[in-house]
Amino acid sequence: MAETLVLIELDRQRVKRPSLHAITLAQQLGGDYALLILGSGVAEAANSIISYGAAAVLVADDPALAEPLADRYASVIAQATRQQGAKRLLASSSTFSKDVLPRAAALLDAPMVTDVLALAKVDGAIAYQRPMNAGSKLATVKVDGELCVLTARATAFAMPSANGAPCLIATFAFDAASLPNEMQFVSRELRASDRPDLAEARVVVSGGRPLKDSETFERLVGGLADALGGAVGATRAAVDAGMAPNDYQVGQTGKVVAPELYIALGISGAIQHLAGIKDSRIIVAINKDADAPIFQMATYGLVGDLHQIVPQLIAAIQKT
Amino acid sequence: MKILVPFKSVPDPYAGAGAAAKSVINPFDEIAIEEALRIRERGEATEIVGVTIGAPAVDEQIRSALAMGVDRAIRIDDSRALDPYAISRILRTLVEREAPQVVLMGKQAVDDDSNQVGQMLAGLLGWPQATFVSKIEFLDNKTRAQCSRETDGGIEVIAISLPAIITTDLRLNEPRYVSLPGLMKARKKPIEVINCEQLGVNVHPLTTTLSVASPPRRTAGTRLESVEELVTRLKQEAKVL
Ligand SMILES: Cc1cc2nc3c(=O)[nH]c(=O)nc-3n(C[C@H](O)[C@H](O)[C@H](O)COP(=O)(O)OP(=O)(O)OC[C@H]3O[C@@H](n4cnc5c(N)ncnc54)[C@H](O)[C@@H]3O)c2cc1C
Repeated sequence: MAETLVLIELDRQRVKRPSLHAITLAQQLGGDYALLILGSGVAEAANSIISYGAAAVLVADDPALAEPLADRYASVIAQATRQQGAKRLLASSSTFSKDVLPRAAALLDAPMVTDVLALAKVDGAIAYQRPMNAGSKLATVKVDGELCVLTARATAFAMPSANGAPCLIATFAFDAASLPNEMQFVSRELRASDRPDLAEARVVVSGGRPLKDSETFERLVGGLADALGGAVGATRAAVDAGMAPNDYQVGQTGKVVAPELYIALGISGAIQHLAGIKDSRIIVAINKDADAPIFQMATYGLVGDLHQIVPQLIAAIQKT
Repeated sequence: MKILVPFKSVPDPYAGAGAAAKSVINPFDEIAIEEALRIRERGEATEIVGVTIGAPAVDEQIRSALAMGVDRAIRIDDSRALDPYAISRILRTLVEREAPQVVLMGKQAVDDDSNQVGQMLAGLLGWPQATFVSKIEFLDNKTRAQCSRETDGGIEVIAISLPAIITTDLRLNEPRYVSLPGLMKARKKPIEVINCEQLGVNVHPLTTTLSVASPPRRTAGTRLESVEELVTRLKQEAKVL
């Protein structure tokens, strides 16, 4: 039994670090919490998360869960939530949690709050702060009912400390044969990259529309990112034009990042893009238009042609 | 094959800050409408039904959907501040009444940014779901669909049995503009107005927005003159190099 159940996300049988940030929200909510992982052959992953102060790590390990298909996953997650008698089910925001948790919420007859940024107390009761309208509004939301489902913005909650006493790993038993079976995994794009993950990187370099094509994008945006040991991001315009893959998109409807250093190359600063970068510590904008909106929120701005500036910048960084 | 497209009216996301934004069809739902039209144009769908929940003011967006080519529309007359779970429960009743093979809708509304309704609807109906979709192909005599999904790790392909819920991502298509003949035709297309009581669904939102504030804004920093200056600042002032 645990008051809060935290769904932890795996990527090829390894724990995705941003998914651990939801544990910090569980701690702030108070009460005990259990961690839940689903997959096939995930004993090692379960072992890697026993020291985050949880009451238990629940493991649903079955070949039927080898791929994160929403119908099966939501069913198992809902069963585990009921078995625990949990009052809250939560996870860090990601395409994985946004796919499976609303479905689990419906199975649990529970409402859901997406992208929690912080907790608030209103008239003695817990309320949740969340962004709306591409982050241009901050709403405070109250939830009624026995159970609620939450996703937490990983960038708004710190990595929890891993120095708790090791907890128990418990198998969550379920009937795999009775799971829904109308969704099948076909394939996943495999793209090898030595670069850090966008969501976790200390430095992110992103490119916009003027990068023209994927070669130029890779040479300039990728080149600068590599010089800084950073990850690569892109605007919707750059992804739509085929310069960068979809999972590079940063913004309201893509990824949200909050690195130490964010460098925006040829990015105008549309509100939908800014929604994904606002919490970066330092923002550098390089843009040839001195009036580009991005300059209104960048820590450092450089007006000029990126095709000239970026090679100089790469060379200057390599010299330092 | 019948396709049901739920859509929402939202303030125009392209309106500049401060300006009173006019209402438009949520861009992701517009992509869903466009995709339904393309499916019909290639002979795989016979009817496209649009549905929206709202006060009479949303009739303007209903006309836009009809002008794009949706065959008929339903407005569920409800002006309460409903949450995604309440919306999903209302839509469930409508899906049961209309019995479409596919429900095609946006992955999120760009005002609320919740990204919940499609998945909740799928859960309530017990139907398969394909979310954040950038490509749809029907297989096996339209009993299944193969969908490419935009995930954090790149493109994933899944196959789902129909009936199913499909939610759209940005790269699925580029919606057409409404044409003048389209607008003329839209005037003659039926809009059915029905309320929750008539539908036999009694829902109340479980989440309440207590207040809405403006988040703290970042302020403009320093304009620099050269690459050398930038590198120096990043090293000495910001200490990120
Ligand atoms: C529903 C919806 C969801 C969206 N979601 C997202 C999202 O998640 N992420 C996102 O990024 N966008 C999103 N957008 C799109 C967003 O509104 C903008 O269109 C997009 O961010 C613009 O990308 P950009 O800055 O690359 O292009 P532009 O706005 O075209 O800006 C290009 C910039 O490059 C500069 N430039 C041109 N040439 C050079 C040069 N040689 N050197 C230096 N600078 C140069 C120009 O001055 C300009 O400022 C969304 C839009 C909608 C409607």
